[in-house]
Amino acid sequence: MSHTFSDIKVMTKRNLLRHRRLPQLLVFSTIQPVMFLLLFTYVFGGAITTGAGKYINYLLPGILVQAVLFGAMQTGIGLMEDVSKGMIDRFRSLPMARSAILAGRTIADMLRNIFVIVLMTAVGYLLGFRIEHGFFNFLIAVGMMLTFGFAFSWVSATIGLAVKNPETAQVAGFIWVFPLAFASSIFVPVATMSKGIRVFAEYNPITYTVNTVRALALGLPVDNNIWFALIWIVAIMAIFVPLGINKYRKIT
Amino acid sequence: MTAHPLISYINSARERGMTSKQITRALTGAGWHVHDVMDIMLDHLPVREGESQIIHESETSDNIISVRNVSKSYGPKIIALDNISLGVKRGSITALLGPNGAGKTTLIRLMTTLLVPDSGAIRVAGYDTVRQAQKLRGAIGLAGQYVAVDETLTGQENLEMVGRLYHLSPSESATRAKGLLLKFDLQDAADRPVKTYSGGMRRRLDLAASLIARPAVLFLDEPTAGLDPRSRFMLWQTIRELVEQGTTVLLTTQYMEEADQLAHHIIVIDHGHIIAQGTADELKRQVGGDILELHVSERDKAHQIAALVSKYGISEPRVNKETGVITVPVEGGASILVDVIRDADAEDLKLLDIVLRRPSLDDVFLKLTGHTAI
Repeated sequence: MSHTFSDIKVMTKRNLLRHRRLPQLLVFSTIQPVMFLLLFTYVFGGAITTGAGKYINYLLPGILVQAVLFGAMQTGIGLMEDVSKGMIDRFRSLPMARSAILAGRTIADMLRNIFVIVLMTAVGYLLGFRIEHGFFNFLIAVGMMLTFGFAFSWVSATIGLAVKNPETAQVAGFIWVFPLAFASSIFVPVATMSKGIRVFAEYNPITYTVNTVRALALGLPVDNNIWFALIWIVAIMAIFVPLGINKYRKIT
Repeated sequence: MTAHPLISYINSARERGMTSKQITRALTGAGWHVHDVMDIMLDHLPVREGESQIIHESETSDNIISVRNVSKSYGPKIIALDNISLGVKRGSITALLGPNGAGKTTLIRLMTTLLVPDSGAIRVAGYDTVRQAQKLRGAIGLAGQYVAVDETLTGQENLEMVGRLYHLSPSESATRAKGLLLKFDLQDAADRPVKTYSGGMRRRLDLAASLIARPAVLFLDEPTAGLDPRSRFMLWQTIRELVEQGTTVLLTTQYMEEADQLAHHIIVIDHGHIIAQGTADELKRQVGGDILELHVSERDKAHQIAALVSKYGISEPRVNKETGVITVPVEGGASILVDVIRDADAEDLKLLDIVLRRPSLDDVFLKLTGHTAI
């Protein structure tokens, strides 16, 4: 048990080093949200009315959550690579804590998310975004997003360990992320959606999270969004942490 | 299950303050087998602090690996290993030899705790692979079938990471990593990411990683697969050196020559069973006599020649479908060559070459299994 902490540290460091050596991983997790930000600000944004002032103020919190969500998919892809390349066998033959492989990966992904959030917020500032509700509330919003990303990393990890190759992990990642991201309040208010989609979007954990982050950043009423978001996060972790660990144990 | 008579004995001996080592010694002295004593201590009695180590030291048997009645299936249809028992001597090089799918890798994965046997028990370096998996992992090194190093990290970083995960201190990990990179002629590439390494360099780094904790037992799953002859020869040298320094090496191979050159003890596996074991010479002796090998220029005459030489053979001649080479085990020495050439002349059959040689492991394998190795 005493070694668990050091094992997690070693594994986190390994995964962070990968990000430094493979800048394309970081570029992928930042270029894409920047593109979305530009696309929606300058192409679609003019046609979208949100009733909340500047569209960039409405959009950026959504884009941050989306970046964190897409980043979570990397967790599963990375794990799948470790499995398919035999790295996992090496780790499993070492006297290390088995949980460190999963924990090291998810923690490193969380640290990468901090970097992405800071960078994206800076880009947002260049495009006119402003924190309207004080820095402290924005920090709470960042904490919210990191917790959200951590929970979804476990979903992604479970999928990554369940599929047979990295390509499938990539596709299997997008299949569930895409509808979740677009049928949510990331880009447009849920109230403007058609009925069936609207119901889905209203209960979507991403909507609750985005609404919370947006409210904390812009000084809008948070309402129950934060509680529903937290309930979702806890529920997701309660299901996918044991499921992921179980899948991991069953690798042969 | 009724209580084993030893349980009450061991319990009362413990109450009298005897250590496990003393108890084991007393019981083995009285004719009990050390494995039985160890099993009962592990299975039925509470383990005391530091216990496994004490039992380990008292192990009188010179086998560092013991596999007893192990079976492993993947689902109902695929039986990978069927009731296998074997021992590996401390300080030896033992080769598991067999074709693809024979069960070699499954056996290695069971011994290195990556798989759990369906039945039976395996003990490595004094630890049970299931009950004491974590301690066992600290005493072994594994270089699997695929090179398991992180491509984005440098050679030095890879080794340090593995060292740290064996719970060596950061400075110890760094020092040993440097030493191993030097030993494996990777010092110039130490600070380059592994993705710039050649296949041979990766293999060496992988082996170095499995050695960083100076394991008592080293497992190598097809260590030379895909290596050029020079790298293969160098790896054999390295393995021999390790064993001279006291490491026990268990490797799998499908190359007869590798087993022949390297291993003190060869265990031949086919379809999940051990079909033979012994030194290379012992196995070859099982074939008996010599092998008469005939090369023909006209492939379609091969069977005619096989029929011709069958009367000299101690078993039926075989014709290799791909090469057309005829082999037959014979006894009676070189005079057979003269007889065969005379017979062939009389029948007007042309021979390209005729050789009388000692049996190879290929012949052993052929005899034991009825099919060639690969």
